[in-house]
Amino acid sequence: MFIELKNIFHEYNQDQLVKALVDINLSITGSEFIGLVGHTGSGKSTLVQLLNGLIKPTRGQIIIDGIDITAEKVNLNRIRQKIGLVFQYPEHQLFEETVYEDVAFGPRNLDLNEVEVKKRVEESLALVGLEYEKIKDRSPFNLSGGQQRKVAIAGVLAMKPGVLILDEPSAGLDPRGRDQLIDLLYNLHFEYEMTIILISHRMEEIARLATRVLVLDHGKLVLDGSPQEVFSNRKKMQELGLDLPQITDILHRLRERGFDNIRTDIFTISEASREIVTELRRRD
Amino acid sequence: MKGVEYEYKGLTEPALKNINFSVNAGEFISIIGSNGSGKSTLAKLLNVLLLPARGEILVNGLSTSNEENRSKIRQNVGMVFQNPDNQLVATMVEDDVAFGPENLGIPGPEIRARVDNALKMVDMDGFQRYSPHKLSGGQKQRVAIAGIIAMEPSCVVLDEPTAMLDPRGRKEVMDTISYLNREKKITIIYITHFMEEASLADKIFVMHRGQIINTGTPEQIFKDIRSLKEVNLDVPLVVELAESLRKEGFSVPGVMSIDGLVNYICS
Repeated sequence: MFIELKNIFHEYNQDQLVKALVDINLSITGSEFIGLVGHTGSGKSTLVQLLNGLIKPTRGQIIIDGIDITAEKVNLNRIRQKIGLVFQYPEHQLFEETVYEDVAFGPRNLDLNEVEVKKRVEESLALVGLEYEKIKDRSPFNLSGGQQRKVAIAGVLAMKPGVLILDEPSAGLDPRGRDQLIDLLYNLHFEYEMTIILISHRMEEIARLATRVLVLDHGKLVLDGSPQEVFSNRKKMQELGLDLPQITDILHRLRERGFDNIRTDIFTISEASREIVTELRRRD
Repeated sequence: MKGVEYEYKGLTEPALKNINFSVNAGEFISIIGSNGSGKSTLAKLLNVLLLPARGEILVNGLSTSNEENRSKIRQNVGMVFQNPDNQLVATMVEDDVAFGPENLGIPGPEIRARVDNALKMVDMDGFQRYSPHKLSGGQKQRVAIAGIIAMEPSCVVLDEPTAMLDPRGRKEVMDTISYLNREKKITIIYITHFMEEASLADKIFVMHRGQIINTGTPEQIFKDIRSLKEVNLDVPLVVELAESLRKEGFSVPGVMSIDGLVNYICS
């Protein structure tokens, strides 16, 4: 799915005028996994609400799969089916009596027949790693927080969106839950070829998953590149007051302290360990 | 806590089983454990939001099961929760912070002093007349902490106070907690899913399925990477990188911070 944003401005009034987005120009192709990074209030949430048609920009055009969703009288239901949005703490929006009914809610709204609905519920629960038979009749409210989060994500996946946008999906999960979520997003993108836009404060997640990182600051797109490019630019990230992945941070500090040749475009522990060992042995 | 058990109605497995521990005044304790391991239940027992089904909890020698002790214990043990928006009720920061001491029947002039002092302690002096909804997540959470501090508790229990915050907000809250513990000698019981945060404590309790399965200093707890992963936990990334360097034959000491590791490598 191809997404294009042209000269997007968004402003709203909250006692005074807030410029939420300032002249955003951006193309996203179907094969990308986007990491969207920035402080609270930098415009990330506004941007994803625009993509999903929840709000309209003050100015500018958004074109999704050839359809201008900012045009008058556009059918937003079709857009919302194509672009799945997983809000922060999505489990707060579970409401049905059983897990089955909750996941089936979206597909039923697409007027699919019950056979297809059931198929989609089974598939999406399997995708998020829940056992259909064991969980379908349970009340979502008696599940653990981690399981509730998975059910909520399954509900979005059951719509078979081409693009999946997630806003801080790992917040509040324990370390194992975070790892499972990372695996899920990895599979959805690299196996099921879903376009993914991930908002996260956890740079480790961004570095492990994203093929492209977008950094927003005060509504402006200030950095756009591969994780290697963006996280190598330590100076800019520091100016913006943003973290680097810890591994990258360690390598940058080592370079500052005399390891002039050490690589800083590494994000995994094993690679970093090899790089440090190589540099230490070279010194001996 | 002595032999403390707790069960929720309708659940087959008890939420807490045979919990025994003591915390000394002035200690900074972190509690880690997967979702559903019993951490929040434990926290709620400490400030008499829940009562144990069996066993006893003593706070400064007072049993939480004795009704006469309750208000005294609640004043002594303050609670801070995950979502700052659910904890702030007033339309102005100073009213919010004054809410607790007012309920204690503290006279007006002293309340003023307590509110100003509490806001200073969380580095929010000057925000007295702000509306809470205009603050960032980290600022809101620090106002919530100030509201607790204004009741002059000897202990503060925090249940994942940084889970909903961005990195800047997390750092602000962690700095505040460290300050309250180190400078003001307030006992801290800190529940978190961030292993880096847990490593700042004097001691860590590891919970699994309603039990405390291990206690020790961060160095001791994070030494055993495999058994932590078995209970769905992890170690700080620095600890894992140090371990990986050890396997290559370098005698890295038990570092807990990025600075510590960088200093070792550069030496």
